[in-house]
Amino acid sequence: MVALIGANGAGKTSTLRAVSGMLKPSAGRITLEGKDITGLKAHQLVPRGMAHAPEGRGIFPNLTVQENLELGAYLRKDTAQIEQDMEKGFTLFPVLKERRRQLAGTLSGGEQQMLAIARALLSKPQLLLLDEPSLGLAPQVTETIFRTLREVNATGVSVLLVEQNAHLALNAAHYGYVLETGEVVMAGVGKALLESAEIRRAYLGE
Amino acid sequence: MATPGATILSDDVAGPIPPALRGILPVLIALPVLALAEVLLGASPFATYLLSVVGVNIILAVSLNIVNGMTGQFSIGHAGFMAVGAYIAGVTSLSLKEVALSFLPVAASDQVLFVVALLAGGVCAALCGFLVGLPSLRLRGDYLAIVTLGFGEIIRVFVQNTEAFGRALGLSGIPQYSSVAMVYFWVFLVVLVARRIAGSSHGRSLWAIREDEVAAEAMGVDTTGYKVRAFVISSFFAGIAGGLFAHFVPIINPGSFTFVKSMEIVVMVVLGGLGSTTGAIVAAIFLTLLPEGLRSLFGAMGAEGSLAQKVDQIRMPVYGVLLVVLMLLRPQGLFGTKELWDVLPRWLPRKKKGLS
Repeated sequence: MVALIGANGAGKTSTLRAVSGMLKPSAGRITLEGKDITGLKAHQLVPRGMAHAPEGRGIFPNLTVQENLELGAYLRKDTAQIEQDMEKGFTLFPVLKERRRQLAGTLSGGEQQMLAIARALLSKPQLLLLDEPSLGLAPQVTETIFRTLREVNATGVSVLLVEQNAHLALNAAHYGYVLETGEVVMAGVGKALLESAEIRRAYLGE
Repeated sequence: MATPGATILSDDVAGPIPPALRGILPVLIALPVLALAEVLLGASPFATYLLSVVGVNIILAVSLNIVNGMTGQFSIGHAGFMAVGAYIAGVTSLSLKEVALSFLPVAASDQVLFVVALLAGGVCAALCGFLVGLPSLRLRGDYLAIVTLGFGEIIRVFVQNTEAFGRALGLSGIPQYSSVAMVYFWVFLVVLVARRIAGSSHGRSLWAIREDEVAAEAMGVDTTGYKVRAFVISSFFAGIAGGLFAHFVPIINPGSFTFVKSMEIVVMVVLGGLGSTTGAIVAAIFLTLLPEGLRSLFGAMGAEGSLAQKVDQIRMPVYGVLLVVLMLLRPQGLFGTKELWDVLPRWLPRKKKGLS
């Protein structure tokens, strides 16, 4: 699990969007598992194992939880396997199972975030991109989500996390990068970054 | 997409109809009804005309609904595509007027040529749709509205200044090949296509784009591709509608395809409910017959001919008021995204609902 932290406007979201193919980078190269994927579009990257849970959750509010999840498996054809994976998603987030017939727009913020993650996982990604999963959530809910993320990560799904909440992100991540106005100014093992004086001063307000 | 016997119209209909029959059942019912209508209406040119206009408007509304309703893109230049279809089909028919396929009786030969002209118009309109859609559908929101608005006007001005299209005088003498049966055959076709799109994975992609484009993209939906395809299909049928129109009105001129016509179609779609095919149909019928109804109402009340004619002119203000009232009371349109059978009383047989 890798975290990308930085202040507002540092380019975190843009980085993520470039990686997932929603933006075209003007320079540089992006590789996925050693293969050059620079300039490929999102719909070409999803089948290659890229899943993006966009900022602000990006769920479909007028569809039910179940239908949202089905759309997550949009490009997959193995119906039986999808069922199983959906069950897996429900074990990760049991509350979604209770609400599967509910319209996604009526879920609480935390539940919507869970749905966004569960939906992204249904495309069977090797790399899961998460944009600010803690945005606007209660600390308790955020904790649940991060615990689950670590579980997901342990099953072999790489996670690239963009966060404002540096403390949370660096604690969870194995490795972290600090972005400032579009450039990496610091990189290192998550916990080590957390302890560096500079980070503490700039992002943790100490 | 075109597997026979497995149409969306029939997929989830409960009942004893054998599966093999289901797909073509609507045709089997529709054909005799249309044949009967043709015979009955033979004596009344006005009723024939009115029915044809209603049919053309249904085609326009249902096809626009594929873009504005199902995909959530706001196109307001549908009359432009209709104009392309009308003029191309009209010119094709005019130039083929003297041609007759020798191996067919004259009437049949005419109808074949008519279909050729229609398809020519439809294909040209679809091509325009592709050319307009490809650059503009990459953008979001209002840009498409502006581009389509511009396109409609460009077409109109172009036609107005082109000798081959009769300039402002319009094109007259186009053979009157059209018939109620032919118009409603295309109505049937566009409804079938719209329903099949709605029920397919293609429709699901459009739905996802409509709900949240960024999320749809993140799910792996080729958003630009699907939007362009929806736009092309929609333009094709607008062209067909124009072609039909050109073959039952005595003269087509640029005045028939102004921005007002585009708005009329948008109003039909919004009134019926964005995303509802049956809603578009109902609204198209209602809004086409409304001025006619008002006209005869005023006539019956003893109004002079001039007042009755003014009704036609106050149509747009009436539409405006209607839209405002509707947006206040029922912002999702008459049916919302539902279809007619979803809003019927409960004791009537219903179709199963849901995406899957």
